[in-house]
Amino acid sequence: MADTSMTITLKVWRQKDRTSPGQFVTYTMPNISPDMSFLEMLDLLNLELVRKGEDAIAFDHDCREGICGSCSLYINGRAHGPLRGVTACQLHMRSFKDGDTIVVEPWRAKPFPVIKDLVVDRSAFDRIMTAGGFISVRTGGAPDANTIPIPKPVADEAFDAAACIGCGACVAACKNSSAMLFVAAKVSHLALLPQGYPERKARVEAMVAQMDEEGFGSCTNTYACEAECPKQISVSHIARLNREYLRAKMIEEKSGPVDCAG
Amino acid sequence: MALNARIPDGPIQQKWDNHRFTMKLVNPANKRKYHIIVVGTGLAGSSAAASLAELGYNVTALCYHESPRRAHSIAAQGGINAPKNYPNDGDSIWRLFYDTVKGGDYRAREANVYRLAQVSNNIIDQCVAQGVPFAREYGGLLDNRSFGGAQVSRTFYARGQTGQQLLLGAYSALCRQIGLGNVRFFDRREMLDLVVIDGKARGIIARNMVNGKFEAYVGDAVILATGGYGNVFFLSTNAKMSNATATWRAHKRGAFFGNPCFTQIHPTCIPVSSDHQSKLTLMSESLRNSGRIWVPKKPGDRRHPNDIPEHERDYYLERLYPSFGNLVPRDVASRRAKEMCDTGHGVGPTGLAVYLDFSDTIKRLGKQWVVEKYGNLFDMYQQITGENAYEQPMRIYPAVHYTMGGLWVDYNLMSTIPGLFVLGEANFSDHGANRLGASALMQGLADGYFIIPYTIGDYLASNTFPKVDETHAAFRDAERELTAMTEKLISIKGKRPVDEIHKHLGKIMWDKCGMARNAGGLKEALKEIPKLHEEFWHNVMIPGSADAFNQELEKAHRVADFLELAELMCYDALHREESCGGHFREEYQTDEGEAKRNDAKFSYVAAWEFKGVGTPEKLHKEPLVFEYVKPTQRSYK
Amino acid sequence: MGKTAKFLQSSVGRKVVMSLSGLFLCSFLVLHLTVNLFALQVKSDGGAEFDTYAHFMATYPLIRPLEWLLFAGFLVHAVLGLYLEVLNRRRRPIGYEVNRAHENSTWTSRFVWLTGILVGVFLVVHVNTFFVQSRFFDHRPMIELIKEAFARPGYVAFYMVSLFFLALHLKHGFQSAFQTLGLRVGKFQKLIHAVGVLFWLVIPIGFAIIPLYFLFAF
Ligand SMILES: Cc1cc2nc3c(=O)[nH]c(=O)nc-3n(C[C@H](O)[C@H](O)[C@H](O)COP(=O)(O)OP(=O)(O)OC[C@H]3O[C@@H](n4cnc5c(N)ncnc54)[C@H](O)[C@@H]3O)c2cc1C
Ligand code: HEM
Ligand code: HEM
Ligand code: SF4
Ligand code: F3S
Ligand code: FES
Repeated sequence: MADTSMTITLKVWRQKDRTSPGQFVTYTMPNISPDMSFLEMLDLLNLELVRKGEDAIAFDHDCREGICGSCSLYINGRAHGPLRGVTACQLHMRSFKDGDTIVVEPWRAKPFPVIKDLVVDRSAFDRIMTAGGFISVRTGGAPDANTIPIPKPVADEAFDAAACIGCGACVAACKNSSAMLFVAAKVSHLALLPQGYPERKARVEAMVAQMDEEGFGSCTNTYACEAECPKQISVSHIARLNREYLRAKMIEEKSGPVDCAG
Repeated sequence: MALNARIPDGPIQQKWDNHRFTMKLVNPANKRKYHIIVVGTGLAGSSAAASLAELGYNVTALCYHESPRRAHSIAAQGGINAPKNYPNDGDSIWRLFYDTVKGGDYRAREANVYRLAQVSNNIIDQCVAQGVPFAREYGGLLDNRSFGGAQVSRTFYARGQTGQQLLLGAYSALCRQIGLGNVRFFDRREMLDLVVIDGKARGIIARNMVNGKFEAYVGDAVILATGGYGNVFFLSTNAKMSNATATWRAHKRGAFFGNPCFTQIHPTCIPVSSDHQSKLTLMSESLRNSGRIWVPKKPGDRRHPNDIPEHERDYYLERLYPSFGNLVPRDVASRRAKEMCDTGHGVGPTGLAVYLDFSDTIKRLGKQWVVEKYGNLFDMYQQITGENAYEQPMRIYPAVHYTMGGLWVDYNLMSTIPGLFVLGEANFSDHGANRLGASALMQGLADGYFIIPYTIGDYLASNTFPKVDETHAAFRDAERELTAMTEKLISIKGKRPVDEIHKHLGKIMWDKCGMARNAGGLKEALKEIPKLHEEFWHNVMIPGSADAFNQELEKAHRVADFLELAELMCYDALHREESCGGHFREEYQTDEGEAKRNDAKFSYVAAWEFKGVGTPEKLHKEPLVFEYVKPTQRSYK
Repeated sequence: MGKTAKFLQSSVGRKVVMSLSGLFLCSFLVLHLTVNLFALQVKSDGGAEFDTYAHFMATYPLIRPLEWLLFAGFLVHAVLGLYLEVLNRRRRPIGYEVNRAHENSTWTSRFVWLTGILVGVFLVVHVNTFFVQSRFFDHRPMIELIKEAFARPGYVAFYMVSLFFLALHLKHGFQSAFQTLGLRVGKFQKLIHAVGVLFWLVIPIGFAIIPLYFLFAF
């Protein structure tokens, strides 16, 4: 609404591909409206670059509503930018001031290699999910949905964990590049629900093992992940993961490999 | 070619059961030998891939996203319908069937809709078993809400993130099958062509979006679950990458396109604020349960909404539709909002918005109640507009949201190309001319979990599949054509970025083939679009190279297809000389401004056959017969 | 691979070792402070009671294994802690140009490794001054060693600074240990917080009183 347009200087990480070295390139953007979203500002920059025949800045995005988890920008030293509980795609330029210099970097972590510019490969998360982030139930065989009542507080807490959008900001912000919050969110979601009980031992073991194999760091409880998580997933889920893991290691349970149904 | 919808015989309640019995089964030991390619892993695709793999088929799944969990389905907010009748308010399979046929303004296939209603209850069971955390009541049982104009509470929801939770459920089932080795999954792959051999769909060519290489995937059947094409309008509530390429290229290979002009405009979106706007954000329809829609009575009233006294406000939906009020179906609510703005009552800086006011609810139930119910939506609204909707009304305006049209499929969800199945929003679907709230998720999952696993078996068991591999001439040719097309795109090196042309197309479509259409405008659009199409192929600028990660090139392929599809949409809209559901032709309306159908002439599905770029497409009609729900003028008075 | 080995190679397993060793050291602190506080009676009993304890510690046979256990605990804790820190740093080969970590996490949590090292340095000096000297070289009563050591203002200042770092180390460490064990949840949180204050604030202050007392009282 306000026609108080701003001039912004952007320092953006440019990297041709996975193996090339990258560097920062500086762009000056006059006429930025405070009502623009951060990604719209990048769109605008890209339009200009393309008009000049230059390579557009690559960045992941899709829903632009803060739910798909695609956007992944480290903005001025913060995952998803300065606001709490907000993804980069929902960040608007009114959070910045005229004359600001904004440094934009990709997520930095060994298990998240850069594909191009600001785009990183987060398939490690999928592999962790594949290792055990599910309940083994075949299509068709489910009992009536109201067969198992679940106390509302429990269901709500499971939901809080399930709200994770898999964006990887937790890894990006963690000084150890630990994926604990992401993994904990899934483990916690399924461990809280009665449907998830039968496989809880195998699940937590398999997911942690895969997490380690992917090369994420170990958690030292700095809680930066919770602070930067756009869905504000609580680190109490990490505590639950730890408990589940200890329980799995200490209690001998008759639970098959993660998949018993085949 | 005559269209055969393959609707089974018998009374509607028994069609699906009978059909399941008469369909051929694949011997369990042989299932492994059949190779199925699933393109798209949103709700429809993930559920299909997982279910087929569980049955023992050899499945390859791919999507252009980085992970199945990022599919556009993730964004669905409101909920999913099922007539469980847990609230004991008189719901039944029959009522859901009836509501959906009526809501679709009698342009859907009865048999499909009935089956959809039938299997929808199983979806809820399935999702709960997977751990989807639906909302619950204090007693621990599932909660329901009424949604999108339904008069019963049949919508299951997970806060404002139902699509996310359902997709994560389907994704987890898919992950499990990937882990077991039953599904091979490829991310960042965009299907750019369908390969048809001896009249049967036998594979696809996809571009590896990381290194730019074309890859051939060979199978015995191909499933497209690639979502809708609302982004033809550039601005829509769809995710930015949603596109029509997979379906459009299949269309060019022979699959008919059904009802392309049926698009849904959602009434409650955040209005456009500037030219730089890249997409529109939906504010869940559930808000209409608690908010009241109004505009100032005086045209051009620029006062702050809180300064406009009660008697100078026009709660026009409550006035026009006393019994449904603010809960009229989407098409009606959208059109009325447009009408208010067209007559100068619009609000906000652009005059293209109406108010959605929560002050009454806040007064009655307290702010805390609203926070609990809609807090995340209010936050999102504030994030985008910078306004606090607890203190002043929200501004909303309709936006393109969903496409009822899509590839034509028969009762088995098979397109006119044998072996090409189409699921979810990508098919022309069960929603007729207008989709009711909370029914797209239902349809996508019904298709994927409960329909395709049966019907594809029948196709596989009834056909023989000579061995082919990627060296087959058809794959080679398709790859060669794609290489040529891509090189052509890159080599144009014109002046206009893809987005700019896309925006231009979107404006033409929104103005002339949007919420309200008329013959004059459509004819103009049909002149403008080919010109823009022509310009695209001569003046688009795509930097970078073809053999690398190149988002501009990705967009160019998609927009090339949108330009062709847009033309077909206008043809379809022009030929359908009636108003029905989301298709509102200004020439055909009742005295009260409601959509006026012409059942005598247009009670059919328009299925279009591609005849070459620049050549008009051929229209085929699938007559619609309404045996159970007799068409009447929809009334929400 | 054995179950235990597997556990110890997992990220969570290693953290549990850190946490248990850390808590073990915390329990030592309680004991150590209790004993040392008797040194404050030096004016009334000339350090007699304190020396009984010190003598007991130095001579009673059962104490030996406990001593080894304690040293092993320090060693495991310090070595593993630093090893994990090194491993974790390798997970981010290219760092951020700008990283405003202070906006999302506390200094104490990000720098446990540093406060740990500083406490380690303190320990080397401290153990040398008292334990090593008294056991091997200087057989005067312990209270004499203490009087002598804490007569030097520089030495006392070093203690003050070190105790400050110990406080920072425990400020993060104590609750962290319970988070690692999965206990920092629900109603335990308040309890852990309260007991935490005892450990990171009260205990270091308690220690600090001793050198200050000796510095100013004599
Ligand atoms: C904001 C919003 C809110 C909504 N809310 C509701 C609601 O509350 N209730 C409801 O019932 N419905 C709702 N809908 C509609 C519903 O979400 C969608 O119709 C539905 O999710 C579509 O699912 P799908 O599986 O068909 O397609 P999508 O989820 O769009 O998935 C498409 C998949 O295909 C892949 N793909 C596409 N093209 C290609 C290609 N060429 N090559 C490779 N892969 C490809 C994509 O990567 C993706 O995996 C909403 C829609 C929007 C926009
Ligand atoms: C030799 C000196 C020491 C060093 C180098 C050291 C190092 C570390 C490091 C690096 C950590 C963080 C590790 C992690 O969280 O993964 C840590 C945690 C901890 N330390 Fe120390 N430390 C030392 C001494 C001590 C002492 C003397 C105590 C207590 C008396 C102590 C108690 C703790 C506790 C309770 C934790 C938390 C454990 C957890 O996070 O689970 N440390 N230490
Ligand atoms: C500031 C007040 C302190 C005093 C007066 C004090 C005093 C002593 C004395 C007298 C000894 C020798 C005991 C013996 O050999 O029998 C000792 C040993 C030791 N102290 Fe301290 N200490 C203090 C603080 C600390 C702190 C803060 C720590 C740990 C962080 C610590 C760790 C140790 C260790 C590990 C030993 C050797 C093992 C043992 O003998 O128990 N001390 N201390
Ligand atoms: S836990 Fe939070 S930060 Fe981490 S992936 Fe999930 S949503 Fe993103
Ligand atoms: S920031 Fe990192 S250290 Fe642990 S608490 Fe979060 S994963
Ligand atoms: S683009 Fe989907 S979360 Fe940001």
